[in-house]
Amino acid sequence: MTLTRRQLLVLLPAAATAWEFVLAGTPEAAPNYSSADHWWGMLLDITKCIGCGSCVRACAMENDVPDGYFRTWVERYHVDDFHIESPVVDSPDGGKEGFPPGDFSGGKNFFVPKFCNHCVDSPCTQVCPVGATFHTPDGVVLVDQNYCVGCRYCIQACPYGCRFFHPTKHVADKCTLCYHRITKGLTTACCESCPTGARQLADLRNPNDPIHAFLKTHSVQVLKPHLATGAKNFYYGLDGSVR
Amino acid sequence: MQGFMYPNEIELQWSVLIVLYPFITGLVAGAFILASLARIFHVEQVKPTYRLALLTALAFLIVAPMPLQLHLGHPERSLEMYLTPHRSSAMAMFGFVYLWYLMAVLLMEIWLDFRKDIVILSQTTKGVKRHFYRVLSLGSQNISPGSLHVDDRVGWAITLIGIPSAFLLHGYVGFIFGSVKANPWWSSPLMPVVFIFSAMVSGIALVMLVYMVASRLRKTAIDMRCLDTIAKYLFYTFIIDFTLEMLDLIHRIYEADESFRSLDFMVRTKLFISQVVVQIFLGTVTPLVLLAITQLFHLRHKLRKRIYAISGICTLIGIFAMRWNVVIGGQLFSKSFLGYTTYKMGFVTREGLGPAIFLMLLPFIILYVLVKLLPPWYEEPPTPGSLSAAE
Amino acid sequence: MVKLQDISHLLRMAAVFAVGLVLFLVFRSAFIPKSFGRYGHFRGDALAEIASRPIHYAGHQACGDCHPEEADTKAKGVHAHVNCETCHGPLAKHAEDPTSMTPQLPDVAHLCVRCHSENIAKPPGFPQVNVAEHSGGQLCDTCHQPHSPALVVGARK
Repeated sequence: MTLTRRQLLVLLPAAATAWEFVLAGTPEAAPNYSSADHWWGMLLDITKCIGCGSCVRACAMENDVPDGYFRTWVERYHVDDFHIESPVVDSPDGGKEGFPPGDFSGGKNFFVPKFCNHCVDSPCTQVCPVGATFHTPDGVVLVDQNYCVGCRYCIQACPYGCRFFHPTKHVADKCTLCYHRITKGLTTACCESCPTGARQLADLRNPNDPIHAFLKTHSVQVLKPHLATGAKNFYYGLDGSVR
Repeated sequence: MQGFMYPNEIELQWSVLIVLYPFITGLVAGAFILASLARIFHVEQVKPTYRLALLTALAFLIVAPMPLQLHLGHPERSLEMYLTPHRSSAMAMFGFVYLWYLMAVLLMEIWLDFRKDIVILSQTTKGVKRHFYRVLSLGSQNISPGSLHVDDRVGWAITLIGIPSAFLLHGYVGFIFGSVKANPWWSSPLMPVVFIFSAMVSGIALVMLVYMVASRLRKTAIDMRCLDTIAKYLFYTFIIDFTLEMLDLIHRIYEADESFRSLDFMVRTKLFISQVVVQIFLGTVTPLVLLAITQLFHLRHKLRKRIYAISGICTLIGIFAMRWNVVIGGQLFSKSFLGYTTYKMGFVTREGLGPAIFLMLLPFIILYVLVKLLPPWYEEPPTPGSLSAAE
Repeated sequence: MVKLQDISHLLRMAAVFAVGLVLFLVFRSAFIPKSFGRYGHFRGDALAEIASRPIHYAGHQACGDCHPEEADTKAKGVHAHVNCETCHGPLAKHAEDPTSMTPQLPDVAHLCVRCHSENIAKPPGFPQVNVAEHSGGQLCDTCHQPHSPALVVGARK
């Protein structure tokens, strides 16, 4: 059957619309994925992070993150002796191209990768006036780019600085925990490209996930615990100086 | 950028337009409270400014959503706030508070108070104006003493509801900032209260100035008893406002929590001019001292009027600076408490100083139109059949 | 006793409000997206839209089938847990249809040093060198085969 270009121009949008209806019935847009079976978080091992920036680059390429804005970034800390309340921190271009040697010696130095904590009691979803940012049933905080009005209240409300205003789409944007990947059995782009295993996606609802054994035997922390956001990024080896 | 900021924090999200918004809604709330002094609390002395205060509130309330629309990334989607409001969001709920205040309080009160004039004007004017007044009168020509008495009672009830509504209108704006636990410059239970009282101060000062300017333009005598009373209420409200702000400051300095060092540095450097010089000295201490002088000493009319004018202008500048320091100041420091950024305000950009200036002038233009359509002056309106007195 | 005619204007105003309310409710039902509220206070269709975004990284499972030799070499060396696309970049398109694009070889001059140039903040046990002193300007793969980087002189093809 030969199709003329005109026929194709009519058929394709019709097919796309029909597909949308099909997809609407399977919200995860992925076969074999039931959101009720999953509860996503991440385990970060500070003792393994080498500040190479692979995660920042991979995220940018996977998710078309615009230059100068960051869905994830890496910070470098320098803590002098007991002065944990005044660390020296830098993050050149979010750590995208790694870090220059640095002009301090001594002290304690380490890298901290950061991104959306997909908080259970997220202040960002609380303040969204229209319901454009929300929790999925499997614990991921997402932004509906077709509904967001761009008021930026969520960006103000996030204590971790993980949200930004997309410069061309004019909506709020942030880490999606690679929802389009994890619902298909893949891991996030940042975890995929981390060479040392400092980042590991965790499915807290899966009893066989290695994170459960890890949490039993290691001390972990979350960022800004006093704000009780229910953050699901668990950091092992996080120093008290980390903000 | 100085020090360290989370990479996404370097650019400010809320611009001078978001400074304008609480300033404008504050003027609305304050002007209404002044009007309610006459209506509810029987402060007869300020009666000459009653209608003027209502029209001023309306002019500013009409402009209030405009800076927000200019700011939104997708203003064409702004109706979503009314279609699917997220009940936990102060911003969403505020949309309804605004609507309630505009429709059920302010417009109703103005309509009821001006109804007699509207009906008479619908009978005495010609052409387009006549149609306009007829629509406004909803086709009812009844201005019998009975109906006017009903208007008065209902209007009184509306003003009564209007007082907590005005507090809600501006207290909500304070809560929008005060409930953000991520930002220690904003997060405080005092924020809505400080916003309300600074709103009252700015609104009272505005009506006082508008009254003075209008009298000068119309070449009518200023009712000094009215002016003195307004200035007195301005003075007392200002003392409460100043006390609240000092309480916040002292509390911060005393407790010195993890954010204190960063905020303290910010106030001493980046916010020094706008906070210490403009808001505190020029905008609060100066008018307080000047007004105190007029309360303590008996001065001649001309001198009092000059002092009131200067105090009023300083007050408005000071309250604007306060909004600036809250909104912009809250975004100049990093949530890591390790760094600072700068606010680059454009001029001829969508969220720049140009549109901000225009939006501050627009309410006065609207007020001029309102004053022409619904003269708030307490002189005899033209009676049907007589030679047209006005215009 | 209040006469009806004295409150008729109020009744007219009430009617205006009632009409406004009805119009608002009609507008609401017309314009709220149909899928809104299906799973929570958000547009249900958004889940599918976000989940169907294009994938750029194929994931490490995808490479071994067509490149068993390289996968094998890597599995035996210290780069065993470094996934292919960490160095080779996003290659989902290539994995789906190998002829659709030719993957670019990594830029050795910049790639290796990002991980292995010495930095005070890197964990002490991690292999890191002062690049200039270490190789005197030679490219890393002169001596190290990237898939299994134990020292082998003349490793570069």
